[in-house]
Amino acid sequence: MSRAERKKELIQAAVFVLPTLAVLLVFTLFPVVYAFYLSLNKVNLVGNVSYQFVGFQNFINAFNDSRVAEALWNTAKYVLIVVPIQTVLALILATVLNSGIKFQKTFRSLLFIPTLTSSSALTLIFMFIFSLNGPINSLLMDLHVYTQPINFLNDQSTVLYAIMAMNIWSTVPMFMTIYLSGLQDIDSAMYEAADIDGANMFQKWFKITIPQIAPVTNYVVMMGLISTFQLFDQPYIVSQGSGGPNNSTLTLSLIIYQYAFRQFGTMGYASAIAILLTIVIFIISMVFRRFSSEDITGEGR
Amino acid sequence: MKTRGKKISRTVAYVLLTIYSAITLYPFIWAFFASFKPYSEIVKVGAPLIPHTFSMANYQYIFTQDPLFPKWIINSLVISIVGTLINIVFNSMSGYALARLHFPGRNALFMIILVCIMVPAQILLIPNYLIMKALGILDSYSALILPSAVNFAYIFMMRQFFISFPKELEESAQLDGLGRLGIFYKIVVPMAKSSIATQAIFVFLAFWNDFMRPLLYITTESKYTLTLGLQSFQTQHGTQWNYIMAAAMITILPIIVLYVLLNRYFMVGMRIGGEK
Repeated sequence: MSRAERKKELIQAAVFVLPTLAVLLVFTLFPVVYAFYLSLNKVNLVGNVSYQFVGFQNFINAFNDSRVAEALWNTAKYVLIVVPIQTVLALILATVLNSGIKFQKTFRSLLFIPTLTSSSALTLIFMFIFSLNGPINSLLMDLHVYTQPINFLNDQSTVLYAIMAMNIWSTVPMFMTIYLSGLQDIDSAMYEAADIDGANMFQKWFKITIPQIAPVTNYVVMMGLISTFQLFDQPYIVSQGSGGPNNSTLTLSLIIYQYAFRQFGTMGYASAIAILLTIVIFIISMVFRRFSSEDITGEGR
Repeated sequence: MKTRGKKISRTVAYVLLTIYSAITLYPFIWAFFASFKPYSEIVKVGAPLIPHTFSMANYQYIFTQDPLFPKWIINSLVISIVGTLINIVFNSMSGYALARLHFPGRNALFMIILVCIMVPAQILLIPNYLIMKALGILDSYSALILPSAVNFAYIFMMRQFFISFPKELEESAQLDGLGRLGIFYKIVVPMAKSSIATQAIFVFLAFWNDFMRPLLYITTESKYTLTLGLQSFQTQHGTQWNYIMAAAMITILPIIVLYVLLNRYFMVGMRIGGEK
């Protein structure tokens, strides 16, 4: 390539990537650095933004803050219950859907609707479903499970589980769709060979499907962990931002929001908690990507 | 024996899927019917699912008694459409540059973009709030559009597409005297139609359904998006489920229409998601 051509291509490239570069620098790379800076300061928002360097004090405070501990506990409980259930359920449904039945496309299309719906609309619908006059209470009372309706969303012992149920319900179809395309890529000759050996349905599922689908499971679990660790919209809407009743819906993202935007003078502290959450999420991504055998750049294929 | 077993397992499969579909769709069906019922019918014990009479009163109330609701619809539409258009142009262009053009730092930029896909929103929200405060764009459409003007995952997707795209077509166009932008818009973009449609749908969905950013960056009620408006509507109306469900239906409907029209692109998008 001649020098003139090279120069021309450089200008072309500049035109093509400049907008991306601008957004990358202003709204992603700089903010990451800025977040670290904020986390080492006490930030005062009144009037001109001012900073007072406090070193690692915000991080030390986070480890001694009982509300952060509660938020961490709620988030951990949420992750540990939701991710396994939604992953297993999604794989079972995808297997059933892939078993050569008719109307596969119809079922798949209908089940996709929750994936399209905004968290705020979904949460409001579920707030009614779980309300005193809602279908869950009337069903359980019809079945004589109990006689007095339970106020699921105002009871600190039930509200987080109600949100978990909503989350599992709304995300299973999306992961099922991902699993389904993975299942369709499994070589059918493997199942035919197992048929000749006289393997039954369950043996085939455990011996062929689960090992073969492992890379997809890896992806599904990673996405599940990342999204549940960041849980915000549903507890915010259910508790109107308070994390109540009695901190039972307080998640890490919600506490970051509260310290940053609802309380004065704690924005630096909120940034420190956000960084801790980011580190957790980053470690999850790195670990799962390492385990994933797939070439991320796609050039190997 | 074998075929009988197959028949039974097939029946079990249909039963399982039907039950699960019913569980998944019931809340939507319920909310849809409730949006046509008066409040008294919704909370009545043992009332049937289908309304006694289909009444548009709840929808009428939202559009006539709530002056802000139509405004929120417009806000959401403008932000989602403009945001999506900007994304399509920028994501495709930089995806193309990363796949085709030679420039110093290309690999570094690509690696940075791959890492940025993994950066969670939580770490960006507070600094971006302060940056936009300094730029004076908080509480405006720009506050929601600019930070999301490109999407790193879709830049990656477009790059993957262009890498496997045959070079010969572009080279012959070059001989015909077309410049790079001309080649891009006349030759490359039309060939990439389905990749672009896929990203357009998912980017639109992300703008339309976003709740957290509008909550943080928009303070004036008349500038709310529909998702945020819906939440504040619920706060004002407490347990008046008839109005709330009608409002929820209005936010869901445009997406369902899009879904029915563009179904095949949605499924392509999910495949890409699975392979990422």
